Amino acid sequence: MTAAALSSDFRLKRSLRARVALAALAAYVVYASMQMEVSAERLLTGLHNAARFFGRMFPPNFERWELLLKGMTESLEIAILASALGIALALPVGLAAARNLMPAWATWPARLIIVACRSFHPVIVAIVFVKAVGFGALAGILALTVASIGFIGKLFTEAVEEISDKQVEAIRATGAPFASVLAFGVLPQVFSRFIGFATYQLDSNLRNSTMVGIVGAGGVGGTLFAAFQRFDYDFVCAILIAIISVIMAGEIVATGVRRVFVDGATLGELFRRGARVPRERKLEQDD
Amino acid sequence: MLKLVRLSKSYVPGKPVLTGIDLEIAARGITAVIGPSGTGKSTLIRCINRLVEPTSGAIEFEGSDLARLSGRGLRHARRHIGMVFQEYNLVERLSVMENLLSGRLGYVSAWRAWRRRFPDEDVRAALDLLDVVGLAGFADRRADALSGGQRQRVGIARAVMQGPRLLLADEPTSSLDPRTSVEIMQLLADVARSRGIPVLVNMHDVELAKRFADRIVGMSGGRIVFDGPPASLTDDVLASIYGGEDWLH
Repeated sequence: MTAAALSSDFRLKRSLRARVALAALAAYVVYASMQMEVSAERLLTGLHNAARFFGRMFPPNFERWELLLKGMTESLEIAILASALGIALALPVGLAAARNLMPAWATWPARLIIVACRSFHPVIVAIVFVKAVGFGALAGILALTVASIGFIGKLFTEAVEEISDKQVEAIRATGAPFASVLAFGVLPQVFSRFIGFATYQLDSNLRNSTMVGIVGAGGVGGTLFAAFQRFDYDFVCAILIAIISVIMAGEIVATGVRRVFVDGATLGELFRRGARVPRERKLEQDD
Repeated sequence: MLKLVRLSKSYVPGKPVLTGIDLEIAARGITAVIGPSGTGKSTLIRCINRLVEPTSGAIEFEGSDLARLSGRGLRHARRHIGMVFQEYNLVERLSVMENLLSGRLGYVSAWRAWRRRFPDEDVRAALDLLDVVGLAGFADRRADALSGGQRQRVGIARAVMQGPRLLLADEPTSSLDPRTSVEIMQLLADVARSRGIPVLVNMHDVELAKRFADRIVGMSGGRIVFDGPPASLTDDVLASIYGGEDWLH
């Protein structure tokens, strides 16, 4: 058999396999929608309901702004405390998990902690903490701290494992003790990425802190849930607007922090227009 | 000063890179190790401060056997051995000043190192040294903003900051252009002579080695095949080190 015939035969087999897989997927989708009782009718009534719901949301009602403000500040507090605590704990855990610096007896437990922290969605962790420490912000803080350790810990470990050994070697060659090797050879190489991870986590904690309230772990989520249950859709709308503004503000702050620490911008440059460095590209370059 | 006794190293068991190296370095002068690529020059230099673990043999330095040290003892011995690297190995994201001060890390506590609190005399010594290596005014520049030649100047200054009793240089000019190479070797020689620090340098540029070294050690196949002053490095000797002779003409 010639090489050309071989390769066309191979292609045929591959496309056959792909077609079978696609057909199976399509069949499963049809089967699953039947199981779930998804039908055009229900989608139509759904759209109708949604339209009515949106109609009742406007105009937003800020009459109970005190309640809204209280929930929102609590959410902010949860997000900031959880981020601070999470970042502080993720740093040592992430370092301990780095295989290029630490012996196996340190990396295994550290990796286990990170995996455990990443296994569950923050809401599930929040339910557990509500059971453990009772309703309120503390449960939310603890839940989001766990999430932060998992996220930052994992990314930080990967960043540390990618550093240049040469720089570390040079510091070791000076006779520096291990802690000083970390301070001069390791952390400078990963610091800006760490700031990047930390600000992303702050972003995500802000979003999640508005949600953990639904399961009673404090913050504006509780207020939102109650408003939904009482059909106060105009108040729901006011809460949603508040959440969106806070998250946008958080995004702006996080971008500013990243520009200062990651891109080395000065505070003055932050408020000057133009000359923006796309953040994603910059993060990729960092090594 | 430094005495290697039957030093051997195999990265893979049964395939030695260094086979029983005996070498003694005097308290002064520049000793250049030359030899073909892959003959263990770099491994030899790196075994001395234990960046590479020797398989067997002794490294006698200032009355102790470096090959037997570990932990604090090894760290204290390393303080007295400055090292200059082929690719400079500066911490790219730190300033020139921080890179120089990192040469003092063996002497200051980790607690002070984390807070960047170095003794005043260290900072003063660093500023003086920047002057010596021709980088006055570069203290706050970040290392990744420097050219290759400038980086190697910082590399030399960092090694000298240790107050070393021996300088190791692992192909210090291999990443540099010919002119910068000469300037860097000149700087290394000047600094070492004025401070009375012996230098063990490995290089692949024979002419550069002849020009700057007081003594040349030729290696081939993991052994020392020549040891003598640059003047006695004849074509015959070079042929025995590198093999063949067509390349000589």
